[in-house]
Order: sequence, then C-alpha cells, then structure tokens
Amino acid sequence: MRIEPLGDSALIVRVVDEFARDPEASLSEVLAALRAVEAAAIPGVIELAPAYTTVAIFFDPARVAQDEITQPPFDSLRAKIESVLKNRSANRTTKIESAAIDVPVCYEGEFAPDLAEVARSAGLSEDEVVRRHSSANYRVTCVGFTPGFPFLSGLPAELATPRRATPRKEIPAGTVGIGGAQTGIYPRKSPGGWNLIGRTPLRLFDVQREPPALFQAGDRVRLRRISREEFDAVSR
Amino acid sequence: MNALVRSAGFLTSVQDLGRTGYRQSGVSVGGALDSFALRVANALVGNEDGAAGLEATLGTLRLRFNDQRVVAWCGGGFTVRIGDGELPPGHAGRVAKDEELVMTAPQTGSRAWLAISGGINVPLVLGSRSTDLRGNFGGHEGRPLHDGDTLPLGDDGGLKTAAPWKNRKIAEWTAPTPWVTTARRDRFLRIVRGPEWNRFTSNAQASLVATAFTVTPDSDRMGARLDGPPLDRTDPGDLLSEAVAPGTLQVPPNGQPILLLGDCQTIGGYPKIAHVITVDLPIAAQLWPGDLVRFHEVPLTEAQELLREREENYARFRVGLSLHTS
Repeated sequence: MRIEPLGDSALIVRVVDEFARDPEASLSEVLAALRAVEAAAIPGVIELAPAYTTVAIFFDPARVAQDEITQPPFDSLRAKIESVLKNRSANRTTKIESAAIDVPVCYEGEFAPDLAEVARSAGLSEDEVVRRHSSANYRVTCVGFTPGFPFLSGLPAELATPRRATPRKEIPAGTVGIGGAQTGIYPRKSPGGWNLIGRTPLRLFDVQREPPALFQAGDRVRLRRISREEFDAVSR
Repeated sequence: MNALVRSAGFLTSVQDLGRTGYRQSGVSVGGALDSFALRVANALVGNEDGAAGLEATLGTLRLRFNDQRVVAWCGGGFTVRIGDGELPPGHAGRVAKDEELVMTAPQTGSRAWLAISGGINVPLVLGSRSTDLRGNFGGHEGRPLHDGDTLPLGDDGGLKTAAPWKNRKIAEWTAPTPWVTTARRDRFLRIVRGPEWNRFTSNAQASLVATAFTVTPDSDRMGARLDGPPLDRTDPGDLLSEAVAPGTLQVPPNGQPILLLGDCQTIGGYPKIAHVITVDLPIAAQLWPGDLVRFHEVPLTEAQELLREREENYARFRVGLSLHTS
C-alpha cells in the first residue's frame, strides 16, 4: 500500500498493486479500505472516492492539521490513514457486503447497432454474444465519466472489442456498451466511443434518489436479457 | 423578493461552493470556478460563505431586484454599474428597488462572481444550489440563465449590513485586492508534482515549467485545454482510471495538458503530471482561449501553508467585517 498526494487537498491510497490479475480480490480490498477510513471519521476528511485499485481522500488541510502543529497536513493525515488500515489488517474479520443488482437489458434492433461488429470481432454469432454477455457476473469497479456511469469488470474476454475510431455524438440514456475489456451503461444521453449492444429501461441516475446513482463501486451486477415487449412495458 | 434577469449575457449560472459527498455517484464538485471569490463577495454583503450567487462569463448581465439589496462582486476586469454609478470589485453596493445592475464584458479575465444579500434561493439539489451544466440539474432549472428569468432571493434580514453606511451608495471598506481582482497579465500558476510525474521524460518535466502554454478554444468549465510542446511519457502504457480533482494537470496521449476545473469528471485515466495549488485556482478560473499561462513548481508543504495562511486571513477579514457592520 502506498499513499501519495493528489494536489494539496487530496491524497490517493493505492490499496493494491494490480487489478486485472484478480479483480474480485482487488475490489474487496479497496472496499474494505474505503469502509475502514469512512468508519474512522478522521477530522478534516471531506469525502472518499474509490476506483479500481485506489481510494482517493479529499480533505481540508487546515482542519486535518489543527491538532498537530509540528506535522504538515499531508504527513499527519497519511499517518492516521496508515494506522486505520494497519489496525484493519490486524483484525481482518469484516466481511464486505455489496449490493446485487439485476439489470434488464434488451439486446434487439435499434438498441444494438454494434452487435454485429462485436460478434464479428469475437467470431461468434450475435445470439451467442448476447447469451455470454447476459450470463456473466459483473462488478462495478468505479462510477464516473458522467454521473452514475458504472464501469463493469467481468466481461468475458472473447467479447472485448476496441472502442470505435470515431466516437458517436449522441448515445441514448440506458445504452449498454463494450469499450475494450470493459462493459458499461450510459446513464444519460451523451457522446461516447463504446460499441453499443443493448439498452436498459432502468434509470441509472436520479437526483431525487439517495444516493443518486443506481450503482456504487463494488456492487455485483447481472444483466438479464429481455424482449422488446418487456422493455416497452417497463419503460411505460 | 426576486431578481429579474433583463439580460443573461454570454453564460451566467447560479453557483455556490459546489456539491460534496457525491463523488461516489460520479457527480462533480462544480460550484463557482473560483469559490474563494464567491466567499469574499458573500462576506461583503453579509451572507454565509455558502450562499448561492451568480457566475458571469464575459458580459453583459443586466439584473433588477424588486426590493432593495446589497451586492458585491469579485473576479475578472469587468465594469459593474448600479444605475449611474460604478461599483468597484470588492465593495458592497446598494441596489435600490427597480434600479439596474449591469456587468459589462471584462477588459481582462473572463469570469466574475456576484453575491446578492440574502443569496439566490433556488432549491437545494444533492445538498447544493449550484447549476450542474453537464448533468442539467441544480441552480435555476438545471441550466444557464436566459433573458427574462426570475430568480428567487433569500431573506437578507432587513439589510443589517447596510445600516452603518445608509447615506452612501457604495461601502468604503473592501477586501484585499488580490482576492477581489483575479485576472492577471502574467499568469503564473504554482504546481505540485502529480502521482505520475516520474512517468514523464525529463524533457517533459523541464518543458512544463519552462514554457508558456496557450489556452485553446475548446476550453470550458470542465477544463482549460493547453497547447505547448508535447509532454512525452517514458512509459506509454494505459493507466487504470482513478480520482482527479479541480487543479489536476492531466496529459492525454497527444501530450497536450488539460488543466481540470470545477466541472471536471470525478475520475480519469490520463496521467497526472502535476496539480495547480488551491490558492492559485482563482487565477486559473480566469483563463480564456488565447491566454498564455506558465507553471512554477513549489513543495507540497508550501502549497498547504499558503492555503492555511489564506484561510487565517479570511477568518480575520470576516471578523473585521462584522465589526464594521455591527
């Protein structure tokens, strides 16, 4: 584990060295670190943001250092975080619970303009691509790009497809895409370069909800294939 | 108790100190690009630091209020008039009912923050009144102001702040000049090294602090895109996305850095060569296409010390103001 400054009012905790070797274990480690630092409620810490192998900690340097005149804020906060995480390793019994979210996806027609390209690149039939894409176990590695956008790990390796050379200017809300080895869902109409293979009728981001994003880092996700009729029924 | 937007100008939006606590949902902090300017303006009109004000980009903004208000502004080299009189930056000024407040295009810089006593009382969305222009929520209907909009104003407690200067239009007291006038002819931004500093060639590290970069036209509230000598990496491999913040200088594969500002994404996968220090973000918030900007490296301890000093001075300024106005 390493702790590095991210400017003068944030730092980044590198919890594990590598992600791809064991995404499941990496995410669990990162989430455990996130929960431990959250629970420690260190004065001056404003908010935390996990992603893949890291947890970023945003803080107010004036408040972090209030009680220690001798130590600069970064050193003081780093020491506190190290001690929180060390105590956790010594007593590693906390089980990290993550939500399991079922996401209905329609892989048909206008919702899937790039399904043929993904199938060609994978050397599979379109139906087989859909079958494999909708039967994998995914986990949210981080939420970002646009509010509520979940990056999902767990895409079957044969479905990995390079991003499009020219990004689309407008992708409809709910669109499911493949970008390299990741899959994700566009929460709102936005530009983007991923290969589009389906659409969900769920609302991924809603400011009236708490939290506003449907997904949080660590959540387990299943994509469930639905027909156009079911999609229309849910959307209505 | 409202403000009528007679003319919304190029880009004006309702902003406060931003949205915290929602990075895990991918929501940017946003808020006033120069949140310190808004705090100072708020202090001058007797508001809490976090009251919502207006961020004006270029000009021309015209406002009227249907009751008497005290206003103050900080930022670029704008000209602001109340009726026939000029309101200099960093001074509180009284605007009578139905009098017109006009902010005209700046001679220098690009943005200014206007505080109105009582604050702009749009609903809180995710804990903030800021307009998220990318997400289209918060502020006034989730969008920039249009001509003819009406903005609800909060109760300003009967203008307590105006009592001691009731015979004057403009208050005499002011805030320190560097706080209220933030457009600079020589734009030096101090930086600290970023996590991927060592992944850049020594040439790139030297160029970053030795060269003037030009702000390009595709800059906005998400970031100022810069043009200069390409900053090359020693190892061009992909990085996993991780948190970024306003002030982060990230470098996409073309080697041209992007200085992230308030509306930046919460995570990014480009290497972070450096970060502009918090006390210099006000200068960054004035950057406009065509401007030249230079960087100067300082140690992290100095960056944090400068911020601590500024906050102490601000706390003293707040106390001083309360003595003036009580």
